[in-house]
Amino acid sequence: MTMRPQSVRLRAALLALGRCHLASWRALGTSLRGLAAGGALTLLPVGLGLPLLPPAARLLRRGADRERALLARWTGSAPAAPEPLPAGVVALLGAPGFRRELAWSWLAPFTGCLLVAVPPTLVGYGLSGAFVQPFLWRLLGPGNWYAFVPVDSTVNALAAALLGLGFAAAGLWLSPPVLARYAAWTARLLDGPAQARLERRIDQLTDSRAVVLDAQAAELRRIERDLHDGAQARLVALGLNLDRAEQLLDEDPATARRLLGEVRATSERALQELRDLVHGVLPPVLADRGLPDAVRSLALDSFLDVEVTADLPGRLPAPVEAAAYFAVAELLANAGKHSGGGRVDVELRCTDGLLRAVVRDDGRGGADPGRGSGLTGVRRRLAALDGTLALDSPPGGPTTAILELPCASSSPKTSSSSATASPAP
Amino acid sequence: MRVVLAEDLFLLRDGLARTLTEHGFEVAAAVDNGPELLRALRESAPDVAVVDIRLPPTHTDEGLQAALTARRERPALPVLVLSQYVEQLYAQELLADGRGAVGYLLKDRVTRTTQFVDAVRTVAAGGTVMDPQVIARLMARSTARGTTADLTPRELDVLRLMAEGRSNAAITAALHIGESAVAKHTAAIFAKLRIDHTPDTNRRVLAVLAYLKR
Repeated sequence: MTMRPQSVRLRAALLALGRCHLASWRALGTSLRGLAAGGALTLLPVGLGLPLLPPAARLLRRGADRERALLARWTGSAPAAPEPLPAGVVALLGAPGFRRELAWSWLAPFTGCLLVAVPPTLVGYGLSGAFVQPFLWRLLGPGNWYAFVPVDSTVNALAAALLGLGFAAAGLWLSPPVLARYAAWTARLLDGPAQARLERRIDQLTDSRAVVLDAQAAELRRIERDLHDGAQARLVALGLNLDRAEQLLDEDPATARRLLGEVRATSERALQELRDLVHGVLPPVLADRGLPDAVRSLALDSFLDVEVTADLPGRLPAPVEAAAYFAVAELLANAGKHSGGGRVDVELRCTDGLLRAVVRDDGRGGADPGRGSGLTGVRRRLAALDGTLALDSPPGGPTTAILELPCASSSPKTSSSSATASPAP
Repeated sequence: MRVVLAEDLFLLRDGLARTLTEHGFEVAAAVDNGPELLRALRESAPDVAVVDIRLPPTHTDEGLQAALTARRERPALPVLVLSQYVEQLYAQELLADGRGAVGYLLKDRVTRTTQFVDAVRTVAAGGTVMDPQVIARLMARSTARGTTADLTPRELDVLRLMAEGRSNAAITAALHIGESAVAKHTAAIFAKLRIDHTPDTNRRVLAVLAYLKR
């Protein structure tokens, strides 16, 4: 395996630190936008605010939109966009979206200074202790302190350096949780009213329902065609051959025997076609045993060394099992065809009502997530169950596919932004 | 020879019982569900059991589970499992104890009566019979992994038949070659794959299957 967990974690922490830094500077800008809107509001009674408020609101909206886009990039789910800003000042005062953005901008100094600014400050102060104090303390003269250490000797400078490194490490370590807290908090402040979330959810459901119905109809058509052209036609041919054999039984036993041989071959082919058809609809091992054993069975058939680890509480709802099975089957087939690797690890886990399947190969990577109609079909099937498939395949490998499906298929999954639902305005 | 038969479709159960009786077997019990199968296997002490994988009440792999349970209680109890599908996982589970005396065949194969009855006899005698489809998939996998790359096409044919559980005489008949040619091929196969050569057919099948599973 080429994945080193420590280096991955360090990279994630550095990324979070950078984002904290960006977020704290953005909080400054947000505070200024909030100040402008607040100023326009206080000037309303004297009339001056009337022309000032709409542009101030638009300025605020632009900042909020940018923030929503950033959150979407950072967390994978964006707060719902609010309704467009109304033109009139009175309507503006009543617009829930505008009010939320006001609240967000007025709280920005606190979220900015007390939350996201902390890790970058710690790191900055820590680095100055570690790399500036040891060299400069002589120049700075007496009365030079680093935190609670008076830096007036080599020993103390060294202590300051160690302390600085500690500060920097603490800042780095704090970055990911602080950023997550900030993102959750901001998403909560900026998320549109419940109405907008519900509308978005309804749109999603309408889309996925249409996709499911289409897929189902196509599947039924395929089964009908396969039966019609395959087993059904063979059974007709079989009947015809039997009939001729019966007629020839007395006068030409040799031909009758040959025909009976054909009958047998035809019946075997019909059985095989029926078997393939049933397997494509629902593999028997999946129906018999559930997901882990069905995936183990895929592993036995794969040309690669496939290691399966499963930790599931028992049987999952049938649609979830089937969707996950066909997804893993497609991913294994792709790994066999394209990865160039020799080994695949499949991990099945169910936590907090979410089934997570991770398929990781040791191949050359560089897989295009958009490639292949197989994966498109898999994504459609997953989407119908509120599931997702993420593919990470840097050039040089390894390729990791992560599939997530809500385990209880009857309860809708809510995206993380609406999971932290805000109280209705 | 006493046989316990488990199959939930009446027509097939009846047909199988008749075929077996015609070929000199005594059908000790013919049942149509999992719990009764387990009871019959425990009580009638058969020489061999012929079992459909999918049985009521669950209509899942009830038959296989009953057979595996019975084999844990009475090791190497001869069991021939029939199924509409070949499933590599089930084949592995049957072979897992390494004792042999198991068979795994597609249900279609019962239409070739002589071969089917031969398979029942082989299993009853402690041998192993695997469906050609199970072996074909194992062979395809070995080819893709390159573990049988050193073998000639003829040797691959012989290897496939050995894995299915055929004796030398049966391989001779199937490939239309002489007995000495078969002996030469098997010796070559064992040397190339570095498996211990054993003249005992039962142990030979298990060794070949173990090799193909790698």
